[in-house]
This record gives sequence, structure tokens and C-alpha cells, in this order.
Amino acid sequence: MIFLKRQFPIIIAFVAGIMLWIRYYIPSETSNSIEEGYLNWVRIIVGFAAILGILSLLQHHLIKIRLKRPGFAFSYVTIAAFILMMLAGLAPFAIPGFAEKNMESGSLFNWLYEFTFIPMQATMFSVLAFFIASAAFRAFRARSMEATLLLLAALIMMVGRVPIGDLISNATPTFQLFGNDYHVIDLEEWTSWLLNVPNAAAKRGILLGVYLSQIAIAIRIIFGIERTYMGGGD
Amino acid sequence: MIPIGELIGTWIAVGLTLMMFSFIYRDNPAFKFGEHLYLGISVGYYVNIQYWNVIYPLVIQAMKQQHNYWVLIPTVLGIFILLRVVPSLGWLSRMAFALYIGGFAGYSIPYIVHSLLLPQLSQTLQPYSGGFGPVVNQVIILVAVFSTLVYFFFSLEHRKTVGAISRLGIVFIMVSFGASFGYTVMGRISLLIGRFQFILESFAEGGRARFW
Repeated sequence: MIFLKRQFPIIIAFVAGIMLWIRYYIPSETSNSIEEGYLNWVRIIVGFAAILGILSLLQHHLIKIRLKRPGFAFSYVTIAAFILMMLAGLAPFAIPGFAEKNMESGSLFNWLYEFTFIPMQATMFSVLAFFIASAAFRAFRARSMEATLLLLAALIMMVGRVPIGDLISNATPTFQLFGNDYHVIDLEEWTSWLLNVPNAAAKRGILLGVYLSQIAIAIRIIFGIERTYMGGGD
Repeated sequence: MIPIGELIGTWIAVGLTLMMFSFIYRDNPAFKFGEHLYLGISVGYYVNIQYWNVIYPLVIQAMKQQHNYWVLIPTVLGIFILLRVVPSLGWLSRMAFALYIGGFAGYSIPYIVHSLLLPQLSQTLQPYSGGFGPVVNQVIILVAVFSTLVYFFFSLEHRKTVGAISRLGIVFIMVSFGASFGYTVMGRISLLIGRFQFILESFAEGGRARFW
């Protein structure tokens, strides 16, 4: 039993890891079907993991209702909305008043998606504009050289991407360099330079570190050094 | 004449949009209602996506139509994950996680090297050609990548030369964070404008919320 609980998962991780690693270097029908099969298997497993998350969410709200915790009435809204959306998509018949069933166009699922899910999601993210602005006010106070750089880069990015940036740039005098005309301030040009040169380079530096770490972690997992995925306990 | 479903739907959508906006003033019951409704709807949506895009074609159809019973293995492993809620059987979920994480570790190594690491390196070490501007940019990129890497390299103490290079690295990192922040802010503002446009256009002449 101890073998099944402790060693067997490490063996599974090792065999799966090695198989999927070396199949890359042996291009063949078999290695393609191993890759395809593994990706499909993972999608199924992740599907079940999602159910676990949903069960946990429902459990949280049911406990809240049972114990009548503050705001428990809103938990009814979550559960009712979940059941409605789930039935709308899974019911094997068209809901009365709607022409189609499941996820097809003209179904209740599609109607709920268009008139509740999309507006709420877009508004939720757009409201972040206000909070991000207040966070910016606090973060952008130029108290140090680093904060000043952050402030300048963000300001150029924000102004350079809107029509007022063009107006400001066009209002500044021009000069000639290497036979070309340039504006003293050209926010559009500065914005693309910022994105494509220092921003891309710093991101590249960070990403190179991330990729190397990912490879190191992957090797540790395959060889059973990293076992945190097994969780605690026996 | 606007179809009744569309008319009612637009009114609901506008109402929900305003409910969500009410959070700008402060947390309130209208926002809480919208927030909980969004949670329920999005989880229900996710269940459907998982069912119709994964479980139905890869498990049910595979068994029914192609008689592929191999899919029972990941299905059983998936059920093992659900057993985490039973403390005495929770250890079974390790099998599923081992296959998922171990397999993905092996899958990701050649993928990272071939598709991510080497292309980034090759973009950093491009030939110096194309005129004065591109060459200067190429040098800046090389210096920025190197100094950023040094900033995150903790095996050497950041003093003297290493410290100076690492200070240069933080300059580039800050410019990058600033640019990303500005980009994100503009993205959010675009969404905000989109929501205001939605409300205004719904009630404008020919809008989907107009029944008069």
C-alpha cells in the first residue's frame, strides 16, 4: 500500500515524462499518436479537476446558506445562476421560448451568454480602469529614479496610443537628421520604440530566466526530486 | 421591430452593466448581486464548455462511435481526482497528478528549448546591419537582455561591476514594467469606453433597448 501511495506516482511521472520527452526526438507516427493521446488524456483529467473546483465552490456556498452567514442570500443567486446556465447548455431539449438546444445559436445558453456573461465580464474588467488609475497615482509618485522611469514609460505609452498624442507630436517643431524630417516630440514613434526595444529586451531577459527555470523544474519532476504535486500526508 | 428576446436581453445587459459599475461608488447589494450572478453564470458556462468540448467528444463519442475504450483510463484518473474530497481515498488523486505533471514536464522540455528559448536567443543575437538606427537598437537589446539576466542572477553578490550591471538591468526592467502598465491601463480604458458605448447605443435611435 505504501508503494502505491508513495513510489507508484513517482514511477508514473517518470515514465510519462521520459516518454513525452524522447518522443520529440523520434519523429514517427507512434510518437505523434503518443503526443496526441497524452494531450487528449490531459484534457479529460483537467475536466475532472474543474469539477472538483466547482464542487468546492458549491460546498462553500451551501455551508454559507446553512450557517446563515452574512450575505448568505447572495449564495442562492450563485447556485441558481449556476444551475440555470448548466441546464441551459446540457438539457437534451430546447428550453420553451427558445428555438434551439444546448450551445447552438438561438438557445437559452447563447442568450444567457450574450446578455449576462459578456456584459458582466466586460464591465468587471473595465471597472478595473478606475482602480488601476488610483493604484497608478500611488505607484507613480516619482520618489526614486526607478519610479520616475516607470512613470515616464507608462505616460508615453498612454499618451502615445491615443489621438491626443498625435496632436501633441504634430504641434512640436521639426528638425532634419540623416535627410529625414523628425518632430521634436514624436509620441507614436517613442511608443513603438519603447515597446519593441527596451520593453521587449527586458521581457526577453526575464523570460530566458523563466524558461531555464521551467526546464530545471521539469527535470526535477521527472526524476522525482520535486514531489510537491503529491500533496501532504501519507 | 426588435425581437422580444433581444429587447429583454438588452435591458438585462444594461441593468447588469450598471450594477457592476455601482462598485465604483462603493461595495453595495446591487454589485454583490451582479458579482454572485456572474460567478454562477461563468461556472455554469465553464461546465458546458468542458462537457461539450472535452467530455462529450473525447469520452462519450470516442467510446460510442469509435469504440475507443482507452479513454476509460483518464476518466478513471479524473474520478480519482474527485476522490480528494474523501480523506481516506485522497491519495488516489496522486496517480492523475503524476501523469499530468510528469507527462507535461517531459512534453515541455523540448517545446521550451525549441519554440521559446532558442528563438528568443536568436532574436537577441541578430547580425548588426540595416543602418545606424537598427544597429543602435540591436546593441541596446543585447545590453538590456544581459543586464536583466544579471539582475536575476543571485549566485554572485551584486557589488562592484556585477552591481553596476544589475543596476542597469533594473532600469530596463522598470521601463518595461512602465510600458506594460501603460498598455494595460489603455486596454482597460478601451473596455470602459466600450461599455459606455454599449449603454448609449442601446438607447439611441435604432438601439436594441428601444421599444418606443
